[in-house]
Amino acid sequence: MNRENYWASQTFWKKCAIWVTAVMFVILIFLTFDSVSKITAGTERVPEYSVINKKVFYKYSEARDILVPEICCEAPLFGKKLSNDEAADLIDLGKLTIQAKNCMNCHTLLGNGAYYAPDLTKAWLDQGWINESIRENLMVDFLLDPEANARSFGTNRKMPNLDLTEDEAKAVVAYLKWMSAIDTNGFPAWFKPIYQKEE
Amino acid sequence: MAFANLNLGQKVSVKYFIGAMVLFIAQMVFGLLAGIQFIQPEFLYQILDFNVTRMVHINAMIIWLLFGFLGSVYWLVEDESGTSLVGYKLANIGFWVLSIAVTIVVLVYLFVQVGSGTQASLWLINEGREYIEAPRWADIGIVLVMLAFFYNIAATFMKGKWSGISGVLVLDLLALAGIYLAGMFYSPNISMDQFWWWWVVHLWVEATWEVLVACIMAWGLMKTINARREIVTTWLYVEVALMFGSGILGLGHHYFWIGTPEYWLTIGGFFSALEPVPLVAMLVHAVYDTGTKNLKVSNHPAFAWFIAHVFGNFLGAGVWGFFQTLPQINLYTHGTQWSASHGHLAFFGAYVTINVAMFYMAIQKIRGGQIFGSALVNKYRWKTSLALLNIGAMGMTIALLVAGYQQAFIERAVEGSTWSGFFEAQTNLTFIASMNWRLLFGVLMTIGTFVLAWDLLTIGKTNDSKNTT
Repeated sequence: MNRENYWASQTFWKKCAIWVTAVMFVILIFLTFDSVSKITAGTERVPEYSVINKKVFYKYSEARDILVPEICCEAPLFGKKLSNDEAADLIDLGKLTIQAKNCMNCHTLLGNGAYYAPDLTKAWLDQGWINESIRENLMVDFLLDPEANARSFGTNRKMPNLDLTEDEAKAVVAYLKWMSAIDTNGFPAWFKPIYQKEE
Repeated sequence: MAFANLNLGQKVSVKYFIGAMVLFIAQMVFGLLAGIQFIQPEFLYQILDFNVTRMVHINAMIIWLLFGFLGSVYWLVEDESGTSLVGYKLANIGFWVLSIAVTIVVLVYLFVQVGSGTQASLWLINEGREYIEAPRWADIGIVLVMLAFFYNIAATFMKGKWSGISGVLVLDLLALAGIYLAGMFYSPNISMDQFWWWWVVHLWVEATWEVLVACIMAWGLMKTINARREIVTTWLYVEVALMFGSGILGLGHHYFWIGTPEYWLTIGGFFSALEPVPLVAMLVHAVYDTGTKNLKVSNHPAFAWFIAHVFGNFLGAGVWGFFQTLPQINLYTHGTQWSASHGHLAFFGAYVTINVAMFYMAIQKIRGGQIFGSALVNKYRWKTSLALLNIGAMGMTIALLVAGYQQAFIERAVEGSTWSGFFEAQTNLTFIASMNWRLLFGVLMTIGTFVLAWDLLTIGKTNDSKNTT
């Protein structure tokens, strides 16, 4: 190595390594503070848990050229309006169930997980649930006995029975409804939601 | 086997390497089971479902690579520091704690599988978060073992001498242990959950692990081809600058779609992909430099695996990652077999290869430090396993990429990402053919793994013992 070339020397690259790492890490810390404040539940992008009392649908945003979530009018889950605390408890049970049943090693959530079964990001709004009046009950029935209610669209891939209780199944449905209201910058691509009555 | 000529660190290292090899075989077996289930969903249905086989497949991988890294660092620490390991007993305790914990975790995965929706399930059975499924009690064990390991390595260098390689290595190990903490909490908010989950998964796999293997590589090149320290150390610094320079904010390419703000689309799209370039440069430069003085390779299989490492890392982590790092493309590919394609080649190319290289470095010394060159008896074995593993990994990667194309096109672009769209893609004939090819190449890899184990058990046993370095 030519010692006259400072830019190719060990000293130069050692300094580069230290400074570049330090600067990038500091930028990451700043961005982390900002991002965490913007993904806390109850903010513009990540709704509060009581959104499960409302109707969730998607609208095309010309400015962003993607479909964005819209929340409107009352549409309480299982016909019962929940307080903020009750909604938070239900969502908590839903999340614990999703983790404890290891959903993520077959499904993807927000696109992350395994690719054996469909993505769950907007499962609440999927056309497979036929129409909004029967959707939540169909979902609970499915979770309680996935083999009998298999929705594998002509394949043999069936969800195993994971012994969910009825409370857990309802909590998972609540979780899916809440998750479908997160602003995911248009993911999954050009999602075609279930038909819902115009308000 | 001649363990008497090993130093204390290397005696610990052999244990880690044996553990790593056992888990490598487990990873292959469970990968095959999961691959069969893609084609025959009834296979082991309700007995060992896909979520279990796949979890064991990816967890065995993470843990065996970690075992391999710990083993590699213990292997080089005394040589690099010029002194003996400060805590031999501590290192052994660490090994056994980790091994027993891993055994219990895997048995619980296999026989308990899932729990009820309570915190207790996350503490005792599994956390249900991809790659870091290990229950919380095991997380605490992992962090304690990593801290003990960090102390052992840092204290040994402090007692002996420091070098550029050891300086980078010790700082990197500190980051590696610290970042794991970001994954050890529960949040009902999935955006928050995945935000910190990526700190562990990305900053481990795409930053600190990369720098760790660069340190091992730098040391390995000095040993196998007598490369000059000045050259490998300079390239190591270049690697750190580029890896952390692009890798830290490269975290952004995981923040496109999880609820995080839109500025990550720009940041994540920009910082990426050039990360492993300096590794190729390190090897090429080292070969050129030593080549002028007549290149002599003292360990052919290890050196071949180092070469597989630099190109595998560049292709798998770099090129395959860059394929889908731009948000405009990632919108269609994220969460499809594209990711699986990238994951398979990246983990193989960047991490499996270098661990196998270190296995060969270790076995060379165990067999009395003989030259593993052209005079080696039964050299077809290491060449066969090298070929089977690399062809298998590349074949699987391409098969999964074809499957991913079908999914991005049919499920996402045409069908609007619905569940019926998902199954439309899964039943597409090209997709099914790709999954068959994936399984075939997976079988090749598994055979390659067994040949590797066989070779490591027998290599150098029948050679002339006078043929030593």
